[in-house]
Amino acid sequence: MRAFGRLVLFALALSAAGPASAQSLERQVGDFPEKLEIGISTDEISITSDFRGADLTIFGAIDGFDANLLAQGKYNIIVVLEGPKDNATVRKKERVFGIWVNTQSMTFELVPEAYSLSSTRDIATIAPPRDIANMGIGVDHMRLVPLGFIGDGSSLGEFRNAFRRIREESGVYQRDPGGVQFISSSLFKASVRLPANVPNGVHVVRAYLFREGLFVAAKALPLRVVKTGLEQAITRAAHEQPIVYGLFAVTLAVITGWGASLLFRKD
Amino acid sequence: MTVYLPIAELSVNILIILGMGAAVGFLSGMFGVGGGFLITPLLIFYNIPPVVAVATGANQVVASSISGAITHFRRGTIDIKLGTVLLCGGLVGATLGVWLFSLLRSIGQLDLVISLLYVVLLGSVGGLMLWESIIAMRKAAKNQPTQLRRPGQHNWIHGLPLKMRFKKSKIYLSVIPVATLGFCIGILTSVMGVGGGFIMVPAMIYLLRIPTSVVVGTSLFQIVFVSAYTVIVQASTNYTVDIVLAFVLMIAGVIGAQYGVRVGQRLRGEQLRALLALLVLAVGIRLSIELIIPPKDIYSVVSAGFGF
Repeated sequence: MRAFGRLVLFALALSAAGPASAQSLERQVGDFPEKLEIGISTDEISITSDFRGADLTIFGAIDGFDANLLAQGKYNIIVVLEGPKDNATVRKKERVFGIWVNTQSMTFELVPEAYSLSSTRDIATIAPPRDIANMGIGVDHMRLVPLGFIGDGSSLGEFRNAFRRIREESGVYQRDPGGVQFISSSLFKASVRLPANVPNGVHVVRAYLFREGLFVAAKALPLRVVKTGLEQAITRAAHEQPIVYGLFAVTLAVITGWGASLLFRKD
Repeated sequence: MTVYLPIAELSVNILIILGMGAAVGFLSGMFGVGGGFLITPLLIFYNIPPVVAVATGANQVVASSISGAITHFRRGTIDIKLGTVLLCGGLVGATLGVWLFSLLRSIGQLDLVISLLYVVLLGSVGGLMLWESIIAMRKAAKNQPTQLRRPGQHNWIHGLPLKMRFKKSKIYLSVIPVATLGFCIGILTSVMGVGGGFIMVPAMIYLLRIPTSVVVGTSLFQIVFVSAYTVIVQASTNYTVDIVLAFVLMIAGVIGAQYGVRVGQRLRGEQLRALLALLVLAVGIRLSIELIIPPKDIYSVVSAGFGF
């Protein structure tokens, strides 16, 4: 078995820009002279059926930096790989007449199916927590907006915490304070983890640059994750041609059952 | 050696799945049952999501019942007319069952209902079977002839209207109880992933008074079609039939069944029934423990794209 395939995608993202940067979404705040550039060698990743998770490496550079501040380590970078969004329901079990039953539930609107965060250091020390929270960076600050009627809202916190905890325990939400490293003066390398159960679809790589605790610039690149292989073909058939798939499953059963009875017949 | 199950979305050890299929196939060959009521709980114990376990279990039932159905058809021990009436009820029941399945899934109570149904059905059927076989064994020990319970008296079921003549079974019976029985079994097939033979056979013998000679073949006839229909409907509404899992199970299952049949022929009827009853009870007890002990995590997260 080829377990733990390590997939490293990289590109030098100098200011000359890579092929993917044409689609990048840029954000520049205030009058800071610094600019942030990031790049990945491809905008599409194909994942084979024996995929067990991998690290994605993103390269980036700070343009127009202040050499003094850089030398003192005053620049900090956060890189996030955010998966496609979908509604998610959290359910809570309670004991009813001696058995455990799902009694309460809460649905959060459009939350990412995967979220990997990498930073130069713990995000709480990069900028004032309020700023980080306002920008919605990190699992703890992710916007979890409940759908529909939730009563007096007293259980909101408990459901949000349970959601974050379960997603982190299952490995689809991860953080790595120290995953971003400077490899030369202004060139940095970020590795974010693609979990084994990485969802299909368009992911977004976002990079944020902070200078002395102030947000300077952000940059985002789309990344398509496409699963390939037999298993993926089966999944696609099951969802796109469900009746044919069902008929095929039945035919397979008929052939197997009948075949065995012919094969093992004594006469 | 692991294999990735595309619909269940998890990696499993293929040897465990093969072993499970072979063991259940062996038992189903030995006792002459479909094995759906064993395979689905076993898959759930092995952390396969219940939604996938049920739909895939129905697919396994098709494979394990078809060869028996063909054998009975060749021997002419299927009452096609009676089977068709059962089947009509069964198809309606399976359709309603799949709808119920989707509804329960969307409100988050599917796993609970599946477990509860299993506990109730396995507990009662296993208990009754054990009781009956113990009595039979006692009588056999005292050398008393075991009376065949086939008294000629009629019960209220035989007073119902819409009567029809079933030539092969040599009975004149209302279609209402037959279709109703088929309907109930159809619901069980789609909600629990079982063929339902372990309920249908006794019901046909004791309630409808259908001759034993055609009961097994006719019930297999209904099971093959209803479970095949359930697989197709489950696949097209809930997308929960895992063909990789089903294929591994059925390959191991049909081979295991061949050896089970040989062992089964050497055991005596009432011993066989007592063993089966103990097995059924054990699975029921194991499932009820799961419902009673506090779960590891009282919270669970379900994504809208693939709702468990």
